[in-house]
Amino acid sequence: MNLHEFQAKRLFGEHGVPIPQGDVARSPAEARAIAQKLGGRVVVKAQVHTGGRGKAGGVKLANSADEAAAAAEKILGMDIKGFTVRQVLVDEQAPGIAQEIYLAVLIDRGRRLPMIMASAAGGMDIEEVAETSPEKIVKVHVYPALGVRRYQTTYIAERMQLPRELWGSFHKLTANLYDCFVASDASLTEVNPLVITGAGELLALDGKMTIDDNALARRPKLAALRDLEEEPDSERQAREADINFIQLDGNIGCMVNGAGLAMTTMDIIKLYGGEPANFLDIGGGARADQVTTALHLILSDPKVEAVLFNIFGGITRGDEVARGIVAALAQIDTDVPMVVRLAGTNAEEGMAILADAQMETAATLSDAAQKAVAAASKRSH
Amino acid sequence: MSILVNKQTRLVVQGITGREGGFHTNQMMDFGTNVVAGVTPGKGGQWFTPDNGRLSKVPVFDSVQKAVEETGANVSIIFVPARFAVDAIYEAADAGVELVVCLTEWIPVLDMIEARAYLDTRQTRLIGPNCPGLITPGEAKVGIIPGSIVRPGHVGVVSRSGTLTYEVVFALSERGIGQSTCVGIGGDPIQGMNFIDVLELFEADPETEQVIMIGEIGGNAEEKAAEYIAQHMTKPVTSFIAGQTAPPGRRMGHAGAIVEGKSGTAEGKVAALRAAGVEVADNPDKIVDLIR
Repeated sequence: MNLHEFQAKRLFGEHGVPIPQGDVARSPAEARAIAQKLGGRVVVKAQVHTGGRGKAGGVKLANSADEAAAAAEKILGMDIKGFTVRQVLVDEQAPGIAQEIYLAVLIDRGRRLPMIMASAAGGMDIEEVAETSPEKIVKVHVYPALGVRRYQTTYIAERMQLPRELWGSFHKLTANLYDCFVASDASLTEVNPLVITGAGELLALDGKMTIDDNALARRPKLAALRDLEEEPDSERQAREADINFIQLDGNIGCMVNGAGLAMTTMDIIKLYGGEPANFLDIGGGARADQVTTALHLILSDPKVEAVLFNIFGGITRGDEVARGIVAALAQIDTDVPMVVRLAGTNAEEGMAILADAQMETAATLSDAAQKAVAAASKRSH
Repeated sequence: MSILVNKQTRLVVQGITGREGGFHTNQMMDFGTNVVAGVTPGKGGQWFTPDNGRLSKVPVFDSVQKAVEETGANVSIIFVPARFAVDAIYEAADAGVELVVCLTEWIPVLDMIEARAYLDTRQTRLIGPNCPGLITPGEAKVGIIPGSIVRPGHVGVVSRSGTLTYEVVFALSERGIGQSTCVGIGGDPIQGMNFIDVLELFEADPETEQVIMIGEIGGNAEEKAAEYIAQHMTKPVTSFIAGQTAPPGRRMGHAGAIVEGKSGTAEGKVAALRAAGVEVADNPDKIVDLIR
């Protein structure tokens, strides 16, 4: 789960990482009030779960409360990469910026350890830095039992040619950021940029955090930070029904049991010239009630011109799955064509049940994908 | 021969008195797995009675340690909920079993980082978490891979996925191509045995003649495996990578299946494997055609 900048920075602040003073506004009036309190010289920043806010015009400087209100007026309601801006962060401006640094704590899957990643080339897209000048990125692993040690941050500070008088505060900030990472069960905490201000102090100007979904059950306060306004309705309903669902842009809905098979089904639709409308994994068992909920989710997308079921019957036998699909369809009124492909245990019995119910069946995944693509293009013409 | 589990496997089921644990213990025993003990803290002294009346009852213990002492269990399988699952891994490793198979999904990543670091100091191997387990056709099944779809033979299968693996295995069996062992290593970002660990065992196993490796987006385990294959594998490897159409930044069901920025893409993995001489199918229906 991704946090907004203001949420991430509040957590940073709670763990002793220095952040600018500021607050969130949902209207120009609120933005004016916050700016007034901060003395007028502020930056107004769109809060949406996507990068490139600056380029899209979602970040504006203001030198008075009125200017802050005007900036908020422009930014609120703006569309940035498909996300509507509903709130802005109003932060005090940093007292001059001498240098911009990149600093992050993340998980290195290969080494199976948390890792600190830093670069003196801050304020830029770190992926781009990694590609064009990887030597500018410093990486240090953290052993959970040891935590961040002074020699590690000294090494990073020296590699970044940070002024010596800042090494002490850089260590403290980095150790605090790591504590924030662990205490929040994060998979990423990123400060970009971390700046050295004109006053010679370190300040986290921007913040990004991703929380490990697997840990939300034991972090209810963090789970409550989920921005329900930014989550599509269909994805919220799916989450509440324990269905893995991701809305995509295509016109062929898919319902599959198992995540790997669901991704594969999308891939094969594409291979045969179609575009998947969603990723949907109803879980290994493919229970009838899950099938019904899932079908409602898929059909609530008006772009869907065909639905492809791809179910592997394992311990849940193919005939049981087929009865579940037939029962689910009986409850839904739709003229969207459906193609079903069952494989595995008792697949033949299952296919016979589906054929009796006048459903189009397919023998292989390739066959099913081709039939679904054909049905969708026929319907859209 | 085969890898990791066979007729000598003496299995202890952690969470045997739960619904999932009980159901799959029946399935494993029907397949012929030698289930020697169950563990549920607080229920020691009870017995697990299999649905199949011809099979003998299984004693339940309060701890894995006791189960190992009393029955000589050497492999454990974990069917307990996420908040108890890491403890169950530690307990099994502490009791000295050779192999722990953890099916549980939703274990926090930072917990797994610590568990992995601990396991590295022990002799115990871990498969999972968030995996379907493994199966050696004709010998033993430790997990939930359907016993009805496998047949004994010489193709080793290793995969990060569940039902996608069943698809491939089922297609192999339908063509009369049997398997030595099928291993589901799971879909989490931090796991026990990885592709390379399993490939090493297949390379050394005289019963395995070739290997199918099924990967997916996220991380760089497939790229690392490609390096290993190029340098160390003499047996042919065939592969498929799921998730070519997955949008970046989204977790595709499995916690580990996420393209982060430019890393973990299917294109990168396919290219690395092809460069290592691995045949990569663009469609799982075609994998069987690539097996000879």
